[in-house]
Amino acid sequence: MCVSTERPSAMFEELALPLAARLYNFAHWLTQNRDEAEDLVQETYAKALKGFPSFELGTNFKAWIFRILRNTFLNSRTGLKAATVPLDLENEDPALPVEQETPETILLSRDSRELLQSAIEELPVPYREVLLLCEVEEMSYQEIAGAVGIPIGTVMSRLSRARRQLRQTVESKLQRRSVQ
Amino acid sequence: MNHEEWKAKLDTYLDGELPSAEAQELDAHLRECLACAAEALRRMQWKKAIKSAGERYINVGGNLPYAKRALHKEGWKSTRGWADWTIQPGRRWLAAAAALAAVLFVAGITTHRDRMRDARNNQLLSELVDLHVVTLASANQVDVVSSDRHTVKPWFAGKVPFAFDLPDLKDSPFELIGGRVSYLDQSPGAELLVRVRKHEISVFIFTAQSLPADLNLSGLVDAKSFQLESFEKNGLRYFVIGDVPAEDIHQLAERMKT
Repeated sequence: MCVSTERPSAMFEELALPLAARLYNFAHWLTQNRDEAEDLVQETYAKALKGFPSFELGTNFKAWIFRILRNTFLNSRTGLKAATVPLDLENEDPALPVEQETPETILLSRDSRELLQSAIEELPVPYREVLLLCEVEEMSYQEIAGAVGIPIGTVMSRLSRARRQLRQTVESKLQRRSVQ
Repeated sequence: MNHEEWKAKLDTYLDGELPSAEAQELDAHLRECLACAAEALRRMQWKKAIKSAGERYINVGGNLPYAKRALHKEGWKSTRGWADWTIQPGRRWLAAAAALAAVLFVAGITTHRDRMRDARNNQLLSELVDLHVVTLASANQVDVVSSDRHTVKPWFAGKVPFAFDLPDLKDSPFELIGGRVSYLDQSPGAELLVRVRKHEISVFIFTAQSLPADLNLSGLVDAKSFQLESFEKNGLRYFVIGDVPAEDIHQLAERMKT
């Protein structure tokens, strides 16, 4: 059932406005630029409002509006550039285990939040977006698949690769730091 | 299923995406397998760190204006009126709001202080559990391997900024395995590893002044299924921690006090 009638205004307000901070956070991670992130959020809201009558009640609004934001980003100049970054073959080894020796203890004890943030920035956008939707937005694999428009198996393999790459980047940054 | 197969499923398990039957099997495995439990703990810390780092821009500036601007452009008329969103109290409410703010400020400080103290205690507890688990999972659990207290105690001389008493554990169910230098909140301390009925207990010793003044870990604490007892003696803070019954922890703590 769509929401073309019966006070869509109030419903849209209830659903969309509480997500503003989270949408902005995701937009900033994607664009890595404050002005572009603001523009992206504005455009997302404008598109969501226009498309709201076709939103199906009972489906996941958060995944729906994040998908609008993500598609809008991919059609922007920065997004087009990001989309051209090649990834490894995605359908191989979907459940790669991460390495046993991990830097978590060092990472947490040295309060290296900024180091982790810069490692997240270095992830290719397809990895960065699934990681953030999973860890920050706490979306299920199904919701991520809906927001990003990829099969669940690809969500799992991208997530696995994102975690592995993030860990490797953090490890090499910690090594460089200890040498200096 | 072997270790590696379980470990490959840990992330899916921690994401809450493992089918319930498999999740229950993994639950049972984690209760028995210390290495996998330590790995799960590491990955949980990792998830926590990513979440915290990933919320980097969540409070950047006022986010609401962007949404409002976009909706205005589309001719949007709020059903509540924008004033509700910008939180602008009318003048006649200012005095009451100021009084309320004063009350909340005092209450807020107290609550904040209590919350900060609880947060510090919880953080310290977590770090101690992590240190203990990391020791158990380590290939080289101790740097000085000896059941002789006259070998272990002198080994720490010059490595930690204090001296401590190490009681004789003969005629007790406890066996000294050895020791290593440990760090808590960047302060060096001693970690003694003691075995009781095939279980290992860590005894951490740090100078009391290197820890928060309002630390409240007196008596026995149940931390993430580990038992912990803490006490202070001669300016040193002792933490006895392990996955053994509380009586064992208490008995060892009493030995350390003598």
